[in-house]
Amino acid sequence: MGEEVKVFGYWASPYSYRAELALKLKGVSYEYINEDIFGNKSDLLLKYNPVHKKVPVLLHNGKPIVESLVILEYVEETWKHNPYLPQDPYDKATARFWIKFIDEKCFPTLWLAAWSAENEREKVTNEACEYLKTLESALNGKKFFGGETIGMVDIVASSVGYFIRVTQEIMGQNLLSADKFPQLFQWSEDFANCSIVKESLPPRDKLLPFVKGLIAKYQQDNAKA
Amino acid sequence: MAEEVVLLDFWPSPFGMRSRIALAEKGIKYEHKEEDLRNKSALLLQMNPVHKKIPVLIHNGKPVCESLIQVQYIDEVWHDKAPLLPSDPYQKATARFWADYVDKKIYEVGGRVWKTKGEKQATAKKELIETLKLLEKELGDKPYFGGESLGYVDVAFIPFYSWFYALEKCGNFSIEAECPKLIAWAKRCMQKESVAKSLPDQQKVYDFILEMKKHFGIE
Repeated sequence: MGEEVKVFGYWASPYSYRAELALKLKGVSYEYINEDIFGNKSDLLLKYNPVHKKVPVLLHNGKPIVESLVILEYVEETWKHNPYLPQDPYDKATARFWIKFIDEKCFPTLWLAAWSAENEREKVTNEACEYLKTLESALNGKKFFGGETIGMVDIVASSVGYFIRVTQEIMGQNLLSADKFPQLFQWSEDFANCSIVKESLPPRDKLLPFVKGLIAKYQQDNAKA
Repeated sequence: MAEEVVLLDFWPSPFGMRSRIALAEKGIKYEHKEEDLRNKSALLLQMNPVHKKIPVLIHNGKPVCESLIQVQYIDEVWHDKAPLLPSDPYQKATARFWADYVDKKIYEVGGRVWKTKGEKQATAKKELIETLKLLEKELGDKPYFGGESLGYVDVAFIPFYSWFYALEKCGNFSIEAECPKLIAWAKRCMQKESVAKSLPDQQKVYDFILEMKKHFGIE
């Protein structure tokens, strides 16, 4: 039977990107549907993700899977070749720990550092640097978080390694710099240079103005609040 | 080889309760170490240097942090008894989704119910009931979220039941009146030894909340 795989995503979303990269790493063909998440979400999106109404949504033979981390685990379990999670339960738990750390601490704080008000920025930036330091320790001399090849932690860390680096450029910040975090910086270069990663990342020249606009919006909303 | 399992815990923590239940479901003998969160032990700081939080599961000297990660780990290592996650990937994804939903909503919204007053509390109560109603809908007619037996979502969610009485007293409302099927599910879970032994007495939790309110200067 032909597999029917669809991804409802948004071209600039780091979460949506994770779902796509996972499928590409498994060599799974899929149809991509770009959702107008800032304008008009499609009826299908609202039908497949009634609880959160967000992208990404993975549709596999008509059944929806939502939340990027849930999607990553599902893809790993459904297409067992090219594994991106370790087999050993302890190593798996360790990978999941770092994934949670990136998603709940690293990424949100780095994003906050980009648009937070002047008076809060230093505090948030310091916090973000602490998190980057901790994240770097997880690399522990390896090329990728997954070892010699990209693993699930790398997929999730793309939010930091690519999307946040673009954000930093806009804000004239250089938190993820080669001299402050040499290992992490090298990782982000190696990661972005992987052909399979490169072909699916949103292009920098499109992403820059988009993120600039988003930051302006966040700053505006924050000022009003 | 003898398995050495230690759980660093704090009695009212719903996150600690999750791991207690999972270990009990699997019949695993372990050493339970109660932490004083105002005076964290050297062991805790060593085993969870990143977050310095409980619970921490230490298996043969190696730490596993974060409650849902622990529950999955326990399920994978002791896979021959009382499986908590389904084997089918789609059903597993559904279970992960709802456990994630519980994680994102219940603790934060519940927290606002006992930490705030007036308008803010009214909003928090409304949000909590909406959240619980959605979970009640997901449960449907099943005896457990896991189907015929206790599963991953049940383990993730049932610990918060021990906080319901405290929330009801603080917010002056009845959860049972709004979500009777959910309370029926909770009582069904409480009939299981693994759950009953892992959850603290609701009055004790309420007394603890009152102490916390005093400590943080919340009226």
